[in-house]
Amino acid sequence: MKRHLLSAGDLGKDDALLILDTAEELAQVADRSIKKLPTLRGRTVVNLFFEDSTRTRISFEAAAKRLSADVINFSAKGSSVSKGESLKDTALTLEAMGADGVVVRHNASGAPHRLANWVHGSVVNAGDGTHEHPTQALLDAFSMRRRLGNLEGRRVSIVGDILHSRVARSNVLLLHTLGAEVTVVAPPTLMPVAVDAWPCEVSYDLDAVIPKSDVVMMLRVQRERMNAAYFPTVREYSRRYGLNGDRMGRMPEDSIVMHPGPMNRGIEIAAEVADSQRSTIVEQVANGVTVRMAVLYLLLGGSESALGGAVPVPATASAAVSMERDA
Amino acid sequence: MTTYLLKGARILGGAPADLLIRDGVIAEAGPGADPAGAEVIDADGLVALPGLVDLHTHLREPGREDAETVESGTLAAALGGYTAVHAMANTEPVADTAGVVEQVWRLGREAGHCDVHPVGAVTRGIEGAQLAELGAMADSAARVRVFSDDGHCVSDAVLMRRALEYVKAFDGVIAQHAQEPRLTEGAQMNEGVMSARLGLSGWPAVAEEAIIARDCLLAAHVGSRLHVCHVSTAGSVEIIRWAKSKGWQVTAEVTPHHLLLTDDRAGTYDPIFKVNPPLRTGEDVTALREALADGTIDCVATDHAPHPVEAKETEWSAASMGMIGLETALPVVQEAMVETGLLDWAGVADRMSVRPARIGRISGQGEALTVGAAANITLYDPGVRARVDPAGFASKSRNSPFAGLDLPGRVVATFLRGRPTVLDGKPA
Repeated sequence: MKRHLLSAGDLGKDDALLILDTAEELAQVADRSIKKLPTLRGRTVVNLFFEDSTRTRISFEAAAKRLSADVINFSAKGSSVSKGESLKDTALTLEAMGADGVVVRHNASGAPHRLANWVHGSVVNAGDGTHEHPTQALLDAFSMRRRLGNLEGRRVSIVGDILHSRVARSNVLLLHTLGAEVTVVAPPTLMPVAVDAWPCEVSYDLDAVIPKSDVVMMLRVQRERMNAAYFPTVREYSRRYGLNGDRMGRMPEDSIVMHPGPMNRGIEIAAEVADSQRSTIVEQVANGVTVRMAVLYLLLGGSESALGGAVPVPATASAAVSMERDA
Repeated sequence: MTTYLLKGARILGGAPADLLIRDGVIAEAGPGADPAGAEVIDADGLVALPGLVDLHTHLREPGREDAETVESGTLAAALGGYTAVHAMANTEPVADTAGVVEQVWRLGREAGHCDVHPVGAVTRGIEGAQLAELGAMADSAARVRVFSDDGHCVSDAVLMRRALEYVKAFDGVIAQHAQEPRLTEGAQMNEGVMSARLGLSGWPAVAEEAIIARDCLLAAHVGSRLHVCHVSTAGSVEIIRWAKSKGWQVTAEVTPHHLLLTDDRAGTYDPIFKVNPPLRTGEDVTALREALADGTIDCVATDHAPHPVEAKETEWSAASMGMIGLETALPVVQEAMVETGLLDWAGVADRMSVRPARIGRISGQGEALTVGAAANITLYDPGVRARVDPAGFASKSRNSPFAGLDLPGRVVATFLRGRPTVLDGKPA
């Protein structure tokens, strides 16, 4: 593993499987009456959120706290950032406080890459602009594995605003690494022009893809797209690219429906689908904490066992966590 | 005034010859010139070029003297081998009146490092709404002939037509920054494989090409001169080649950075590589080099765009666009064009001095190095290679995308009408 987690593309197959396997071990903790582990005691994790995202922030916060790390939440609103402080100065401030890990959410693509130049601690990308959201992809893969087993050869369709979706970018890269066959589905206006260079199939036809999907992952339609001529009307989008009960009925048996949230019920996903047995949407939230624990542990935990010796960690885990210091 | 003898200089890369510079002009050229009383400069192995002329320089004064001044920018130009630069109009205040262009012109004369030819804004305040007083700028002491809203496109077709027509009265040229504004709202980098991967808003090639096509047709319709700034795509080259084949008065420039760098550089999200128009693909670079070699693109222009450190030490989308280039232009052109066999030194002189001087309608620059010509001369050593270190630049800014690259060549001396502005690679 590299020192930072900036892109799902940074993860080789061994790295990705190590994170997922470690998360599987850590998931056992969630069933205990005392959920806290001493692994990151004395370490400081800063949640640096330049963009409102209560869901992701509390997920990282819970993950860090369950590993006994000290957590500092740094929200752009009401801080010096809102008074015009630069990203670099914010980074130097965190550096002076001795942050071991910085979890960053930013509305500018690549902001975590820049931050990684200015701090010594590990940087975890918690969503940057329209670029990536690697821990979302990891928790999605984790959720898929729990339902479907091995992802090798599994057919995953990602449906919605591919152009602007950091979830789609990270998922395409990670799922390809894990051996799944990915298809991105969107109206052509919401597809990057060079999408053919991505390691996935491309389709404009949801109905053609549905019967061949083990997983259908629906993406949120952002409000600002609705007024920028990406599609004629919300209703037309919903008719052509929404997952309703009828379409869900044509999915293969045992296939699942995912959504990174927050959902627009009635637009990209019908309520009956979101609340169905196929839906993993609530599991995804729970799995988010577990997977983020695994990421923080592997990046910050050094050579100690994730579970403090209470449960043996796979031999591969402790061997592979030696950190590669990239300049 | 000191008399200089440049001994053994290879004029345009030819056989060694001596150049005697006396009273601001070339007094003798050829082997065995009489050195009596002259200061001898050993030019053995050095290439002698006519002093370089830049059609596209941002000197930032007035307004952003923290990034560059006329003094620092023209010194950087001289160190890069330039004897004349065209100072772009997007200053604060904008160079859209006779008063501002005369101020910039006078600052250039006072600095004395190279000639400064102010570019006048096409529209008031570069706002794209109403023509600036083009005639007043043309008639001013600065004798403006090149007009540009650079940084912004004159996107209104009627306004562009009128500007093209109007400047015919004083043989002016409109230098267009070709960028269709609606297609590039929020654009961050070339739209393609890299922008799709990096999640940065795309600046599509078509946004440049559509404006160039329209402007070529407009220039043909009204019989005016059009100059296309910083051509960056293979498609633009095709359109300009077509327009020239029709005999229309269209000229074009390419920047050093578009001749050498590609959009892969954005992969680190380091905004030192953020520029407008953006770095394009390898295929575009190949097409631009070929077009410069065959003359479809007339000249190299630096688009030297200084920015203070804080404008680049930021996340990509918040960073300013632009790169400095005066002090690396000739080495980059050697690397991209000479080392590849696409241009010889005569070709370099044509594309970096002769043609830009002709497009800008400036006299005494871009002349052949023959007896009687104004002694605007650059002595260049193509035989060395060094790592680019912006810390040593004369420019006040450090935003060079070439930092850390090994590039060939070194400007040894620059003469402005017989007076050295640079000797032994240092300010004279």
